Amino acid sequence: MKRWFQSKSINTPSPIGAIFSYLVLGTWALLILFPLYWLIITSFKISSQVAEGPFYIPFVDFNPALDAWKYILVGDLSRDTLRNFTNTIIVAPASALIALALGTTAAYALVRFDYRPRVGAVVTFIGCVLLSIGLTSLGLPWQVSLAVAVAVFFILLQTIGRRFKRALGNNDIAFWMISQRMLPPIAVVIPIYILFQRLHLLDTYAALIITYVASNLPIVIWLMRDYVSTIPIELEECASIDGASRYRIFSSIVLPLAVPGLVATFLFVLVFTWNEYLLALFLSSAKVQTLPLTIAAQNATRGPQWWNMSVLILIMIVPVIVIAIILERYITRGLLIGAVKG
Amino acid sequence: MDTTHEEQQPVQLHTIISGAADRMARSVFLLPTVLTLLFLSIFPLLASLYVSLAKFDIAPGGFKLTFVGLGNYEKLFRGSEGTHFLGKFAPGNAITWIIFGGVVIACAIFLARYVRNARVSVSGLIGRILFIAGLALITWMLVHTLGGGGRLGTASTTLVYVFVGIFFQYILGLGLAMLTVQNLPGRRFFRVIFLLPMMITPVGVAYMFRMLTDTSKGPFTPIWQSLGLIDFSWVNNAWGARTAILIGDIWQWTPFMFIVLVAALESQPVEPIEAATVDGANSWQIFQHITWPAILPVSMTLILIRLIEAFKIVDLPNVMTNGGPGTATQSLTYHAYINWRALNLGGSAAVAYMLLFLVTFFAMIFVNLIRQRTVETL
Repeated sequence: MKRWFQSKSINTPSPIGAIFSYLVLGTWALLILFPLYWLIITSFKISSQVAEGPFYIPFVDFNPALDAWKYILVGDLSRDTLRNFTNTIIVAPASALIALALGTTAAYALVRFDYRPRVGAVVTFIGCVLLSIGLTSLGLPWQVSLAVAVAVFFILLQTIGRRFKRALGNNDIAFWMISQRMLPPIAVVIPIYILFQRLHLLDTYAALIITYVASNLPIVIWLMRDYVSTIPIELEECASIDGASRYRIFSSIVLPLAVPGLVATFLFVLVFTWNEYLLALFLSSAKVQTLPLTIAAQNATRGPQWWNMSVLILIMIVPVIVIAIILERYITRGLLIGAVKG
Repeated sequence: MDTTHEEQQPVQLHTIISGAADRMARSVFLLPTVLTLLFLSIFPLLASLYVSLAKFDIAPGGFKLTFVGLGNYEKLFRGSEGTHFLGKFAPGNAITWIIFGGVVIACAIFLARYVRNARVSVSGLIGRILFIAGLALITWMLVHTLGGGGRLGTASTTLVYVFVGIFFQYILGLGLAMLTVQNLPGRRFFRVIFLLPMMITPVGVAYMFRMLTDTSKGPFTPIWQSLGLIDFSWVNNAWGARTAILIGDIWQWTPFMFIVLVAALESQPVEPIEAATVDGANSWQIFQHITWPAILPVSMTLILIRLIEAFKIVDLPNVMTNGGPGTATQSLTYHAYINWRALNLGGSAAVAYMLLFLVTFFAMIFVNLIRQRTVETL
């Protein structure tokens, strides 16, 4: 009798435990899969089949139709879909990779170096930014006011800035970085629009990629900080004694050891950029629209086109699922390092 | 002598260069990131701050911004816009006063303990007093809008979304992660399935949940009918609608918690657990003393990231309920969005800045009081 409750080894549950686990896991899997199932069957319905009430099983209570799939893949919407799909495939991985490259080096720096930006310097910097904006609003060309502000900044930094010895630390820098994500996008989207308009970059890949890199850097830095800090410092010290430079240490010791963490973080950032909606809405008008915009556009004047929407959502998750299945084993091992801390 | 000197020179030059490059590494590693962030943060931050202090009007040939000082913020605390933002306050009953009193006493104890501590600094004291004042105000708002005859404003609704959502996401994520790290056949299958909701674009999730919760054509209609609840529509009930939105949010973001916690659990060294089992520890004791401390740092980073993201919830209320019934399901970002759609850009930016203050407040509390303490004691 007792063996029903006794587990054979630490990680293998007892038979009763296994049944309980499968019950819970199965329930949650059902809760995840049912909405997706509904999405799939909705994509095979036509408008009357959606309007007349819930139908559950294709061929049994309704006749599946390929209308929505045809409309999107070969019909009227196919050109838009293809273009936006291509754009998403270019923009999302590119921004995820750049964010990963910049963020990982920064995370490494925040773990291994001590930064002590002086409060005086930070305050001077903010003051000079305000000065340049003030001068611009008074009618000076922005190039002139920028030059003035830079000059004032360096003069003040060498004189007054040095007086204030109080300094911030690495944690303050990290908090400043994550605080970049605190303001809701709706508040900054118009200024960002104006910024890129001035730079003549609207409706280009560059605008989208720069914005996505900047908005995802904080997440990369915070996740990678946890991974990098678990890499034993002794390895780096040995390499340093052997005469390796910082860059060498970073590229041939830290990066290989952090590969799993890099892969996991890459997946998160890829998913975020792949699915981003609001910034894409403002920064692209025709050429570089991404797929989330196509989905939202299906809420037309005739009401939401559920069947088209379902097809688009399904098309959109397929590539990410494929990538996730390929990378799943790395994710697990990746965060594996991340947690050995402490 | 001469030859050796000549031979050494390039080597020295090389070491000088690489030495200089090495000293520059500190900047080389961090500066690109800082500059990228500054490039995209200074102008939008200051511009939206200015807009929040101004009135936006369409003028011939473009638009016009008139400086109005703190007017937009003042509006948020008064009149109809005040009810929208803060909610309708009900006179406190016994329960609200007990909760409020409890928080105040807890804060007082916290302050007293700090003052009795040897290392008291002026800035530390001011920081703590500000924190207590903020916490008291927020608790005051929450207990008076949640209790009895009050009505939630967008600020309280957002707080409900954030805290209830994160609580369930973390508990579910941790529970499922603990189950899938067991040695069960098919666990990889479950892991991939559990990741799926995160992959769907938020707008898509919102539309999908609108389909599912439809009261006449949704898949659950027969269940509602058989329960005799067909007349009860979740859309017309404030808490029903909020629950529907919370379910969507929990469905979508539990995977984020789940996958990170799976990895954290898998990375645990097995030896301490084996040793504890030999010593006769039960599974709760093992969790409490070995597993929990090991996953705490990762959990803190996770919760902080989710805290910041959850405050910006907008797609679900916008698509599922249009903020209704009334303003019951509107979050702060949605409030900003409504003002923005009505071309009240100043009001919109003011709401966004109030949101920024709230998030910063909670993130600071989290980082300074909880994260530091838990991570340092390990």
